[in-house]
Parts: sequence; structure tokens; C-alpha cells
Amino acid sequence: MTQNTIAASASTGAPRSFQEIILRLQAYWASKGCAIMQPYDMEVGAGTFHPATTLRSLGSAPWAAAYVQPSRRPTDGRYGENPNRLQHYYQYQVLIKPSPPNLQELYLGSLEAIGIDMDLHDIRFVEDDWESPTLGAWGLGWEVWCDGMEVSQFTYFQQVGGHDCAPVSGELTYGLERLAMYVLGIDHVMDMPFNDPDAPIPLTYGDVFKQTEEEYARWNFDVANTDVLLRHFEEAEAECTTILAQAHIDPKTGKRIIMAHPAYDQCIKASHIFNLLDARGVISVTERQAYIGRVRALAKQCADAFVQTEAGGQAA
Amino acid sequence: MPDLLIELFSEEIPARMQARAAEDLKKRMTDGLVEAGLTYAAAHALSTPRRLTLALEGLLAESPTIREERKGPKVGAALPALKGFAHAFGISPQALPMIDSLAEGVGTKVIVDDITFENRDVKGKQTIFASFEKPGRPAAEIIAEVLDATIRNFPWPKSMRWGAGSLRWVRPLQSILCILTDEGGAEVVPFEIEGLKAGDVTKGHRFMAPDAFSVASFEDYTAKLKRAHVILDAAERADTIWHDATNQAFAAGLEVVEDKGLLAEVAGLVEWPVVLMGKIDDDFLGLPPEVLQTSMKEHQKFFSVRNPKTGRIEGFVTVANRETADHGATILAGNQKVLSARLADAKFFWENDLRVAKGGMSAWTEALSNVTFHNKLGTQAERIERIAALARELAPVVGADADLAEQAARVAKADLSSEMVYEFPELQGLMGRYYAEAAGLPQEVANACEQHYSPLGPSDDVPGEKLSVVVALADKLDTLTGFWAIDEKPTGSKDPFALRRAALGVIRLVLENDIRTPLDQHIDAHLLRHEMKQNGEDEVATGLLKDMIEEIADHGVFGSAVRTVLDAFDGDLPKHLEELKDSLPDVSRDLLTFFHDRLKVFLRDQGIRHDVIDACIAMEGNDDLTLLVKRARALEAFLKTEEGENLLQGFKRANNILSQAEEKDGVEYSFGADKKFAEDASETALFDALEEGGGAISTAIEAEDFAAAMGGMAALRQPIDAFFEAVQVNSDNEIVRRNRLNLLGQIRKVCGQVADLTRLEG
Repeated sequence: MTQNTIAASASTGAPRSFQEIILRLQAYWASKGCAIMQPYDMEVGAGTFHPATTLRSLGSAPWAAAYVQPSRRPTDGRYGENPNRLQHYYQYQVLIKPSPPNLQELYLGSLEAIGIDMDLHDIRFVEDDWESPTLGAWGLGWEVWCDGMEVSQFTYFQQVGGHDCAPVSGELTYGLERLAMYVLGIDHVMDMPFNDPDAPIPLTYGDVFKQTEEEYARWNFDVANTDVLLRHFEEAEAECTTILAQAHIDPKTGKRIIMAHPAYDQCIKASHIFNLLDARGVISVTERQAYIGRVRALAKQCADAFVQTEAGGQAA
Repeated sequence: MPDLLIELFSEEIPARMQARAAEDLKKRMTDGLVEAGLTYAAAHALSTPRRLTLALEGLLAESPTIREERKGPKVGAALPALKGFAHAFGISPQALPMIDSLAEGVGTKVIVDDITFENRDVKGKQTIFASFEKPGRPAAEIIAEVLDATIRNFPWPKSMRWGAGSLRWVRPLQSILCILTDEGGAEVVPFEIEGLKAGDVTKGHRFMAPDAFSVASFEDYTAKLKRAHVILDAAERADTIWHDATNQAFAAGLEVVEDKGLLAEVAGLVEWPVVLMGKIDDDFLGLPPEVLQTSMKEHQKFFSVRNPKTGRIEGFVTVANRETADHGATILAGNQKVLSARLADAKFFWENDLRVAKGGMSAWTEALSNVTFHNKLGTQAERIERIAALARELAPVVGADADLAEQAARVAKADLSSEMVYEFPELQGLMGRYYAEAAGLPQEVANACEQHYSPLGPSDDVPGEKLSVVVALADKLDTLTGFWAIDEKPTGSKDPFALRRAALGVIRLVLENDIRTPLDQHIDAHLLRHEMKQNGEDEVATGLLKDMIEEIADHGVFGSAVRTVLDAFDGDLPKHLEELKDSLPDVSRDLLTFFHDRLKVFLRDQGIRHDVIDACIAMEGNDDLTLLVKRARALEAFLKTEEGENLLQGFKRANNILSQAEEKDGVEYSFGADKKFAEDASETALFDALEEGGGAISTAIEAEDFAAAMGGMAALRQPIDAFFEAVQVNSDNEIVRRNRLNLLGQIRKVCGQVADLTRLEG
């Protein structure tokens, strides 16, 4: 980032740390009417897995939420040495249903909010369609480039869990570390200030995460017990199906309670275990497709269940 | 006459779809308008990332009035039929008695509610006809209808819904501009689709001039857009980019590497192109130029900038979508940084790869045994094993060293395991060459790594270096025989494994390198190699299959090779080997037919008649493609000469009479004509001509001088004609008759040595 840029964005002031960028995004999307949610309390591969996106993009009920989601991709672990790659990183996720007509402008506003001066940078919407084979989901949209760097993914959901999205949700995903490194002018993720550099105890991203990246990389690649993981996968799969097989009317309360979310937790679990198994290198090319298909089948069943619930648009 | 201007303004349209979409808009709109009677003088289709624009000049202000006529029931038909007919024109039942007056006879007319009913004679039957004037309609009304249908049925490769609506477009459609302009000014065409109302308003550049403005005509629109930092014409944007890029490079003593596809794509990513040139960090200049180019193009959509003195890629050109106060300094610095991160990755891959390459690449070739080529055809390593065996077999045919050929085949695909090819699959082959060079392999082996994928398309260059030719042939033949062995052949438009391309590749490799070999033999042997894979662990069968392959290599033909091997074997023959005896020749023949079909297409494109090709395919040795084509070219050329006509007419005359007689007698006259039974001088002369010419023709055939052979055949026309004029073939004397027919049989035989002339048309 040049001196110029900092001077030009003086009206908002350039952010000084990773957390400030997150805080500004939170404030921005809150001001635009989104419910600021908290991360989902399970291991997921991307912000899309949060039920606030996956399940809430289904059915007709309007929705607007934004949140940070820690995401885990075991195969991307580099022991904290690669300047850009991490097995644990943060995504910022926005989902609005139905997608508002000014979503692109809203999005550009969020870039200004984190200190990107539209008058000096070159922002481009470059075709990039999104597909998640494990969620049985796809949409059309772009990757957004800022001066040639991909800073976000912008998608209009067309299908999730095998269901057509109607109305359509607009989804924005920001790769927070990469975006922040760009805004803050940092070359190696571990050097990035996590809190304010002038704080009494300044912390870098490395202070917070270097050691954990090492620990998890070792565990992901070499130590995780694959027999146990395989068993957990089977168990999660079975549990998901069992949950959804229950009668809709709860015999104890007499209420209609479809347990779409508890079932979906098992789907998330299976998906993450699959990622771990993949990192351990015990899944062959042909098996890979089969595992993805099994997770997708769970996601579909959960989506089928969710659309029968009140939040899924079914009249109570 | 008014001009029409339509702009469909949306969120960013993928670059690759813009030009086609503008054309589709033009075609669908003009087709619909013309069909409704609205003709126009000129049409322009234009596009930017956010708009599709259509401008029509000289459109009719309204569609012309036309008179339409419809045929009705017969006079005196049952009442319901008449009622129905009248009802279709909105005529009340009360008026029916008036129509009844038509019964007075042919020629009677009655006008009801501006509709003329008339009694006309149709093949002796009095029939009611109704005719009426269809008034013209104003252009705006028709435009609205056609535009509605065009938007709803637009042929996007992929389209989507957005918000709560159900309309589909490539990305959300935001506004529609639709105006008709004449001397009196512009008027908005009343049109609405899914809540989106047409107007006369558009917007400029997203960042540089985001405000809305109204326009009154196409000229006004393009001028105002330009002021609002939008160049409407993609070709103009491309020209601007190219012009600025080459100028900037020239000023720095450099040159831009031309890339038309990239230029078109980049022109589709910007409305206001601003060219920025940067330097590649010195750290990365050691990377192969192709790696720099590919990385910059694929990831960043940068043009490469070359130093003409050294040929090295030293810089890049990026195209921004806006001007800035700092003249692009921030944008360029950002792009530079992204590029450095990308190239740091590429450099990391390159250095890691070079270490493996210098270590002999064995890590890569071993890794290929974990890579599935096709689940029924095994791993890449198994495939390479087969290709190596076939390359050995083909080496002497092409004139290459067998050991080198095997070595080249074994390393040709090693780069598939490299990190660079994993990242940039399009660099396969090329990286193979770099790595083989690094491994210290002979240059021709390294070249074969790069060239063995060629030719990829019909216009791609065919390798000429012998070693490359061998590996390229072996690679393609392995693919073809493999998919034939598992019965995965192309059908209709489906050719997922690009087998047609592979077959054309083999054809061009053989022809352009003048390779002489019976293809059949290699196909048979290689089908057996595939059979060994399908065969699995059965040692007995594997041994027998190996023997068969050797037998084919020594003696050529599959049938006898198999019999020789199987007869010599005592013991219980595995059942599938028994079946192989019948199935394999069918598969092999089918594949050869596929080659012939591809060859026909190939030669037809070069102007060789299909019947000429068929006539040559009908000959023995048609699996020697070079020989086959040599025949076809000679025949094609010869048929265009006067002599060709002589050959054809002489042959046909002899053959027609002969065939009729053979059909009648149920025998083939092909043997034993004897000059001593000749009765007429012309008959003797024909015997002499055949004897004299026949020897020369055979010699020419042996030397494959087909033109000379056909010249000899053509010379027979004169004695043949004289013979037919002087004698009656069907003599009463059976001996004489048979002798004459056998003489004709001999003519047929002599003339059939270049091609099967019976297959020629005309």
C-alpha cells in the first residue's frame, strides 16, 4: 500500500490490523441490516457450511446474515511457512435472501469501509461460477479482483442440497487473511498485525497462529488416526440418517419437531472427517468421488428436511 | 423511417460470452421484426462487460397492411361447421343467414363486418372463402413483443435467476433502454418485463461516471457513453489496448507477445481500457519463457513483453478498467505484487522439478503407477509400458533407433507428475522437454517428450524428427486400440476421448512422413497387449499372448499367428483366448474402417472424390495408408485427363458385358483365354495389346508408378473398341464365346490393379 492510498483514504482512515478489518466489516454489514452472527461451533471447510448459509438459503423466508467463520482445510497446511497458505483461516461471509438489486454496490461499499479507495484501485468482476459437490450446490457469479488480486467470491445461489433456490440468495465470501494482507501491505501472513501495532501488547498473526499451524499440520498429515476417522465418518453418516428418520411429531411434547439442524451437524462432521482423511492420503482417486457423493447425499437429506420446517418456509 | 436503439444493461457479463450474445440479440430481434413485417436498412450489435446493444437503422414505422384469406367449409355444409368458421372471425350467429345467401352459386360475395365471404369453385365443389384486411401495426408494439420473446428465450450458455424473480439472464438484468428515434425526436418503446420498465436512460462507467443519463439516438448514446468513459465497441477497445500496449513496449525497446484470444478476453473485461506496463522481477527471469507467459496469462490475464534482442520475457502489460489520479501507480504496484507471489510459486515448482529431473526422473515415472489413465485401461505406468513396446516395434518402420525409441516413450509422460504440470496442465510435453534436457537425455529424446502429443488439431504441425514420430504414433495407436478393446468408440457427436483427433493424428503422421507399414499388423499386436491387461494374472494366457505378439511381428497376420501359437500349445486353453480368435479380428477390422473413414474426410477436404477413395480402399494392402493415398492421388489426377476417360470407358465396356454374362452363367470368367481361339484380327490385336501392355503395367505397379500403369491401361481402349466393333462376344460357338469372355476377364484383371474401377461414378 502506498503513501498515496493511505492519504486518500484518510476520511475513513486506513485500518491498522487484521482485527480492525474484521470489525469494520462487522460494523458495515450491521449498518446495512444484516444479523451479525457468530461463527458456527464446528469444524468446517468454508463459511458456506454454516447453517446460516447452507440451510437458510433454502425456502422462501427472507434472510440477511453476516459472520466470520474459521475454516479448516487440512491439505493446505504448510507448517506456517508459506506466506499465503494455512490449514486454518478465516472467511467473512454475507448471505442476503432475496438478493437485493444493489448487492454489487453494497459489496463495493464494504471494500471502501475497510480502506480500499475506489478512486485509486481497479476493481473487476471476473466470471467465476461456484460449485460445491459436497453440498450439492451451485451458483453463478464472479471472483472480484482488486488490482489483479482475487479479494472475494460473489455468488447468486441457484441450487443448494439439490433444491432450487427461490428466492435466490446473494452470497459474498471474503478470504480475510489475503484481503487484509493486501490492505495492510503485508507479504507474509505471519507478519500481519493481529491487533493494533501500538497496543501495549502488540500481537502478530504469527504470534497467534504460527505454533498451531505447525501442530495441526503435523497431526493432519501424519498422526491423525485414520481407523478412528473412518469409523467416525461412518458413525456421523449413520447418525444423520437416523435423526432424519424420526417421526416429525415428537412423542414426548406432541409438537412437530423436524431435527434438520442436528442432522446437518452430522453432515458437517462427515465432511470435515473426509477432509482429514484426504490430507492423510488414504483416499484414492476413485474413492474420493464416492466419499463426496456420500456427504452430498447427507446434505441433500438435510435440505429436504429443512424445507419442511418453519424456518425453511413451511407454514407452521 | 425511425431508428431503433436497445440496450440491455446488466451486472458483469462473462467476457467469453459477450460477442456471441450481441450477435444473438441482433439475430433474434431482426428475425422477429422481419417476420412481423418490419424490415430495416442496417443493424449493429455491440457489447461491453455490462451491456448488450442493438442499433437498427431505417426501420419501418409500421408493418404493411396485408390481405389475408382463409378457406372455409363447403357451401351447404352442416351448420356447426359454418358457425365455427364465422365465429373464428368474430361474427355473431345472427349474421349467419347472410352467409347462407352464398348458396346462390359460384361467384356470389357477401360482406359482413368488413370480412368478405365468397363462393368459389374448388375442384367442382362450391366452397366458402373469407378474406379480410390485416391492418399494419405500429413498430413499437411489434418491438415490445419481439423483445419480450428475445429476452425470455435468450440462448445464454448458462443463465440464472436472481432476487425473488423468475426471469433468467446471464447475470441480473438491471435496466432496459429501448427507444425509437425519427425526425421528431426519440420515443421510449412501451415495454415491461418482470417489473423492469424500458426507458431512455443508461449509466456510464461503474466508477468513473456512475450517474444515469438519457439518450435520444444511437449517435447521442455512443457519444455520451464515450464522455462517460465507456467505449461501446469491443473491437475499438481491443484496438486501443493493442495500440497503447505496443507503443509503451516500443518506447522501452521491448515488444508485446501477440495473443489474439487474450486480447479479445481482456477487451471484454473493461469498458475504459487503460494499459499499464510493468517489469518482471529479476528473480524470475530464469524461468522458461513459456512458464512466465502461461502463469501471467492464466492467472492474471497479462500480456507478455519480450526483449527482442534476447528473446526473453522481461515485462508484462496489464489492462485496468479506469484512469486514476496517480496514473495507475497503485494499480500497477498491486498487480506487480500479485504477479511476484504467483511467480514465486512457479519458481518453487520449477526448482523442485529440476531436482527430480536431474535425479533421472524416476520418482515421476514411479508415481505414474498411482495415476489411473482409465479404469478399464489401467494406470499411466501400464500405458507407458505398452507404448514403449509399440515404439520399439515401430522404430525400424520409421527409421529410428529402437532403444532410443523405447527410452523416449518411457520418459515422454514423466512430466505429468511434475509440480509445474500439475499447476499448468497446458504445459505438458513442453516441461517434459525442459526436464529431459536437464536430465541430460539425448536432445532427440527431449524433443520427443514435447512433440509426441502432436499433431493435436488438423492445422497443428506434424513432427518430423524420427524419434518424435515414433512416440507420437505409438501414443495415439495405444489410445485408439485401447478404447476399441474396451468398446468405447465415438458415437455421433460424442467423442469424449478425442479418438477422431487421434486417428487423424496417426493419418497425418504416416502420410507426411511417408511411412510405409501395414497398420493392421500393429493394431493386431497392440490389441493383444491390451488383452494382456484385461487378462490379469493368468500366467499361461499371458505367455500365449506374448507368443502371439511375437508371431505377428515375425509373420504379420493375426489369424495364422494365433493358430500357430494355439496349435503348438497342449493343455487346457483358457476360454477367453479361444473367444479372442473370433472377436479380435472384428475389433481390428472395425478400427481400420474408422481410420479409413477419417482418411476419407481428410482427403475429401483436399479435393479428392469420395468414390476415388472408395475405389482405392477396396484394394489389397489398404492398411498401408501411404500406399492407399498414393493410389488415390494418382487416380484422381489421372481421371482428370483424356487418358483417364479412355481408361474408364474401355474398362467399363469390357466389364459391363463380362458382368452380364457372369451373372447369367453363374460363373466367373477369369482364366484361360487363349489367343489360338481368336477368330478376328481385332481379337488377336487385343490379345497382343494385353500381352504387350500387361507386362509394362505390372512393372509399373510394382514400382508403384500408378500413373504409368494407368497410362498403359488407357492405351487398351483403342483395341478394346476395335474388338467390340468387329466381333460379337456372344458367339454361337461356345468355345469362342467363353474365350472372349475370359479375354474380357483378363482386361478386368489388368485394369483393376490400381483401384477397383467398378466403384467409380460416371
